[in-house]
Amino acid sequence: MTVLGWLNDQLLKMEWLAHLVGQLVEHVFGLDLASRLGGSIQFFIYDVIKIFLLLSVLIFGISYIQSFFPPERTKKILGRFNGFSASVLAALLGTVTPFCSCSSIPLFIGFTNAGLPLSVTFSFLISSPLVDLASLILLASIFGWATAIAYVVVGVVLAVTAGTIIGKSHLESYVEPFVFSTPTCACGTGEGEDPSLTTRDRLVYSWEQAIEIIRRVWLHVVIGVGIGAAIHNWIPATFITALLGQDKWYSVLLATLVGVPMYADIFGTLPIAEALVAKGVGLGTALSFMMGVTALSLPSIIMLKRVVKNRLLVMFVGIVTAGIMIIGYAFNAFGHLLA
Amino acid sequence: MVIKILGSGCRNCMVLAENAKAAVAELGLDCAVEKVTDFAEIAKYGIMSTPGLVVDEKVVSSGRVLKPGEIARILEGAAR
Repeated sequence: MTVLGWLNDQLLKMEWLAHLVGQLVEHVFGLDLASRLGGSIQFFIYDVIKIFLLLSVLIFGISYIQSFFPPERTKKILGRFNGFSASVLAALLGTVTPFCSCSSIPLFIGFTNAGLPLSVTFSFLISSPLVDLASLILLASIFGWATAIAYVVVGVVLAVTAGTIIGKSHLESYVEPFVFSTPTCACGTGEGEDPSLTTRDRLVYSWEQAIEIIRRVWLHVVIGVGIGAAIHNWIPATFITALLGQDKWYSVLLATLVGVPMYADIFGTLPIAEALVAKGVGLGTALSFMMGVTALSLPSIIMLKRVVKNRLLVMFVGIVTAGIMIIGYAFNAFGHLLA
Repeated sequence: MVIKILGSGCRNCMVLAENAKAAVAELGLDCAVEKVTDFAEIAKYGIMSTPGLVVDEKVVSSGRVLKPGEIARILEGAAR
């Protein structure tokens, strides 16, 4: 157990790095770590390096797993199940299927067109950006394994519940007709048959994915860590707790409403959540901010509007937002059990 | 030969379009690279992850940003 603990501290929390950066700030920059400037600089350098190191390794490894689950294959697997179990499976597959928000519309059309019910499609669309393997490990590195696993579990439950409610409401008539009428063919490369990739192909794919994702998220990460460093040392704790403190009933509400329209990657939001929690904000409040940012965003809502009508769109956004708030309040109430 | 890039206009689609143009130039082919951004149009090709590459109405790749060299190889195969 102590060996595991040590590995956890060194590999995930990277205590050696915190120590090294501390030395750098104290002896090279000549700044006191307890001072505001020294503390901010240490947080910034340490967090940026840590997130990029973890991200590179994680995305490479996870892309390898994901190369076995192209969306075409996921669609096929899901077609074999129905009802509630299909929704659960959709939410779980959402965590391992490679996902980019610019692909969400073709994916929506592909699923719906293949005859998958709305409940399954929405469970997938919610879980896919919200929970993935990389975020699980990054969360564990910052908040510990209990919180990370709890996050994944509630994320999947949210995806299944919201998908099921949408499915039960029979809103198929609120999907733009062209989604059903477009004749899609499985023509072309025989996609969906999962062209047999060699191990080398998968390694190349993973490498390309790692580079591409880091290119896409690096700015988010730097900005996120910058905001985190500012919260850490420059914004008075009293100000933050007055807005988002544990004892304020509106803290989760506020965090969710701020998070929903924002578009950022989970990797950029984690350092902000980390700094907020360090300042005494409830874990639930920080998590609902993170979930709001990743699950919903203005650009993705505008994109979805091209394939579904307002009533379904409003329902989707409403259910997910409400779910995130419930999760936030639940974590604030019971989060101490995870510590 | 007609080459189409399927995608909503995200960064990856633009990179793929650039790479396709580079491949066309490298092979000295005389064909245009068209972008298809309409979702209904994209769906007709049956792809579920963008960007997609279509050569003469046949989907040759989806969900990957191919390098100019890889595209050139595909085009050579199609020209034959």
